[in-house]
Amino acid sequence: MDELVAKSPCAGLLPLEIGAVRVEEVDLGVLTTIAPYAGQAAATSDALKTAHGMAFPGANRMTGKEGARAIWFGRDMALLAGPSCDATLAVHAALTDQSDAWASVTASGAGAEAALARLVPVDLRAATFKRGHSVRTLVQHMNGSVTRLGPDSFLILVFRAMAPTLVHDLKLAMEAVAARG
Amino acid sequence: MRLTCPICGARDRREFYYQGDAVALYRPAPDAGVDAWDDYVHLRDNPAGVRRELWQHEAGCGAWLVAERNTTTHDVLSVSLVTDGTERGA
Repeated sequence: MDELVAKSPCAGLLPLEIGAVRVEEVDLGVLTTIAPYAGQAAATSDALKTAHGMAFPGANRMTGKEGARAIWFGRDMALLAGPSCDATLAVHAALTDQSDAWASVTASGAGAEAALARLVPVDLRAATFKRGHSVRTLVQHMNGSVTRLGPDSFLILVFRAMAPTLVHDLKLAMEAVAARG
Repeated sequence: MRLTCPICGARDRREFYYQGDAVALYRPAPDAGVDAWDDYVHLRDNPAGVRRELWQHEAGCGAWLVAERNTTTHDVLSVSLVTDGTERGA
């Protein structure tokens, strides 16, 4: 076998622009879940700070910045997106490579909030869901992760195998929002 | 219906998976005898009113929760983490 070509989860499906919403696939780099061992939460956060420059995110939050983010990913778990996770963290936490397991897209534009409101049963409006806030929740019927990146920009992650469904659901929501004018 | 997950906050019922009565937290000892195990596995009361139930925040943080819920008024009285330990029985 030679010349194998990596195919991104949403290859051929995105970008998509309907009305005031634009959905694009993003390459977050290496994805690693960090699950601190019992009683090791503080040590894990310190090690993460030393190795990658951001603290372990609290529930419903994201830390870091573009290129190296830590996204809260469930009970006692965070997703490091960007750099390859430093081996020093393995002392304090279970590390799992998730790089090829997630489809990651951004939804941005003036209508992004309205489109996501049709899919996500959490209040994502700016008043309650600010930049750096993140939730594990449903996207239509799929378990996913939604994070606010900016005033009108969201990062959405779902299981890679659900990428076409995610694009389909987003497309329907975007069309419905656009149809209201 | 909304449940307030101690980790994630108030969330829609769709994010949660319902397991059943919280009796599963009170597993008898292996040598507790046939009657205790029969009761644990098969016998359930079916009262109207306040129930203690196991729910999992399946589409959220993944935590198992004990929800105290009134089936006649639909009030959710409390939601706590199973791992708080206070819920563990004999």
